[in-house]
Amino acid sequence: MLRLKSRLTSTRVAAALALSVGLGMASGAHAQAKQLTLCWAAWDPANALVELSKDFTAKTGINMKFEFVPWTSYADRFINELNSHGKLCDLIIGDSQWIGGAAVNGHYVKLNDFFTKNKISMDDFMPATVVGYAEWPKNTPNYWALPAMADAVGWTYRKDWFARPELRAEFKQKYKRELEPPTTMDQLKQTAEFFQGRKIDGKTVYGVYIFTERGSEGITMGVTNALYAWGFEYEDPKKPYHLDGFVNSPNAVKGLEFYKALYKCCTAPGMTNAYMQEGLDAFKSGQVAMQMNWFAFFPGLYKDPNVGGDKIGFFVTPRELQQFTQLGGQGISVVSYSDHKEDALEYIKWFAQADVQQKWWQIGGYSAAKSVVQAPGFPKSAPFAPAFLKSMEIVKDFWAEPAYAELLLDMQKRVHDYVVADKGSAKEALDLLVKDWNKVFKQEGKN
Amino acid sequence: MLADKPLLSQELESGRGTRSRGSLRGLSDRTIAWLFILPTILLLLAINIFPLVWALRLSFTNFKSNMPSVPARFIGIDNYVDILTDEDIWYAMQVTARFVFWSVSLEVLLGFGLALLINRRFRGHSFWTTLILLPMMLSPAVVGNFWTFLLQPQTGLFNEVVSLVTGMSPASFQMIGDVPLAPWTIVMVDTWMWTPYVMLICLAGLRSIPDYIYEAAEVDRATPWRQFWSITLPMTMPFLMLAVLFRGIENFKMFDMVNLLTSGGPGSVTETVSITLKRAAFEKWQTGYSSALAIILFVTVFGAANIYIKALNRIKQR
Repeated sequence: MLRLKSRLTSTRVAAALALSVGLGMASGAHAQAKQLTLCWAAWDPANALVELSKDFTAKTGINMKFEFVPWTSYADRFINELNSHGKLCDLIIGDSQWIGGAAVNGHYVKLNDFFTKNKISMDDFMPATVVGYAEWPKNTPNYWALPAMADAVGWTYRKDWFARPELRAEFKQKYKRELEPPTTMDQLKQTAEFFQGRKIDGKTVYGVYIFTERGSEGITMGVTNALYAWGFEYEDPKKPYHLDGFVNSPNAVKGLEFYKALYKCCTAPGMTNAYMQEGLDAFKSGQVAMQMNWFAFFPGLYKDPNVGGDKIGFFVTPRELQQFTQLGGQGISVVSYSDHKEDALEYIKWFAQADVQQKWWQIGGYSAAKSVVQAPGFPKSAPFAPAFLKSMEIVKDFWAEPAYAELLLDMQKRVHDYVVADKGSAKEALDLLVKDWNKVFKQEGKN
Repeated sequence: MLADKPLLSQELESGRGTRSRGSLRGLSDRTIAWLFILPTILLLLAINIFPLVWALRLSFTNFKSNMPSVPARFIGIDNYVDILTDEDIWYAMQVTARFVFWSVSLEVLLGFGLALLINRRFRGHSFWTTLILLPMMLSPAVVGNFWTFLLQPQTGLFNEVVSLVTGMSPASFQMIGDVPLAPWTIVMVDTWMWTPYVMLICLAGLRSIPDYIYEAAEVDRATPWRQFWSITLPMTMPFLMLAVLFRGIENFKMFDMVNLLTSGGPGSVTETVSITLKRAAFEKWQTGYSSALAIILFVTVFGAANIYIKALNRIKQR
């Protein structure tokens, strides 16, 4: 009996060994399969990229793994990863402002030779996206990324509310013009005031949703749209890094005052620290008449069963003295510390193809390729396409300096202090910003 | 056996037995003792002392960890001068001081009150004790998140309750987005979470007072009020002071809950010095500057705690 038991045990041990060896070999074979990790923010276009990348895997046999991080910690997480020379990401879709630091510190692989060898021309992409996402120094032919996701600040509005005869009549009587999407900043405020606190379908609604987030980049990405409209400049165009009189010019002060007035008069209660998601929630729940947000979210909003389809309309950031909108979007880069640089370059080569770019746009990404956006049928390919095209012609970006993070956080503080916390005047806020930025550039040895 | 016992005792007393066992391995008592404490010392050096010395070194440089290619330059005490002359740092220090003062005061007051109540035996005593202790068992991240939801002006339960009691519209006021109310909101949430902790410490103090002291006081016909001032309070004072020390140090370093509730906003009205430090170190990547700030904060807490502990010891000796 004992011998039988021992024989049975030996058989089990042998079987378990065989099984574990077999499994080990299988997992070993699996580990040998090529794999790339792509790092990006967790948002709608990232899901579209997962779908798109299945074609790459089918074509090359290289598996794709994705590391998506929420926007609020996206910069912290990945800049930390790059600074520590981590190997987590083979490919990274990094924010436009990172390009300076990533190039100077050697985080990204320079792509000029690769582009030449594979006949990828930057002339095939929208100029603003090439300057914004790929070049460092700006306006020089030094490329560190391929424009991957074109984006800018745009606006949505409740088309169904704007079409209501009683509201149109009341609006016309009050403002002596039709209730239409605003084309100037003053019209934007008037329209927002008109809807603020109004009862629509038995529910109190509010005029407008704008960015006010304090922690990362939110309020800066919002306020710049108003600042640009009044003539704010980051520096003297003739004397780089000379800020006084440009950042805090009298017109820039007016732009900042306008943003605060819009925030005070016409936003929903509690929007003191709100960014993309809060805007989407406010619009989807039927709380606001107009919403500032990134074009990247508009395909998802258009598909929304409650506020999408015929109920939603899109417009470009209104003008005042001039018309600009904040550039968003990112380029795709190969991380210098990756062990799979060749495969990562293969992905970029595949992604740059015209048919892949076309599919990218169709499934929810925003292509920067001219072959897509300049195609005759593009403006009619989606309801938000005309506003997107127009916006990409008038984009302006924040600093992309290696010290961009310091510059950004200084602006977050000064603007939030003034707009949300009622600290000081607009002039004081911009004067302090000039002081902060001068200190940063002085440390960098640039002024 | 009986004969062996005194022999063994003698050996142990003289230390011969131990020495002979030690000498078998060629190790002295001192070496064995060192072997036992060495791992702890190494761990302490690696995770406490080395980072402190490294941070001290970095605090005299302009090093930025997002620019590793740029060599760090020695800049003397420039970082310290920058910090101590920066109005924003002083503002953050004031925000922190106000937060520490009000939250610790309220926690001690309420915690001591609750301890006095819980110290009495009553029906459902255990149930209420468990219920009161629940908040401190939660993670600060969870607390920060759910209070953010509770305090939402349009959908939050807090505003609904205030609206029910006062008749105000729930959307007519906001707690975390309002400049005067935001600092009180973080005090309120911290008090809600940590009062039970103070209560536990006070309860330990109350339970340590022998019953015969109260019995003697009753024999002397001392009123409950007199008993409180002459027995309860003096005898629990060391415990109260310990609670103040623990909560004071914790709240001086407060980061997680405030970061989740307000991110230091609106503007900078709830920006505690830990949030300033985190922004400088991990968002602006001013490694040298933030090391100097960390050293200043460390010295402040360490110095204040030392003075406080001396005072505590003096009270204990009374």
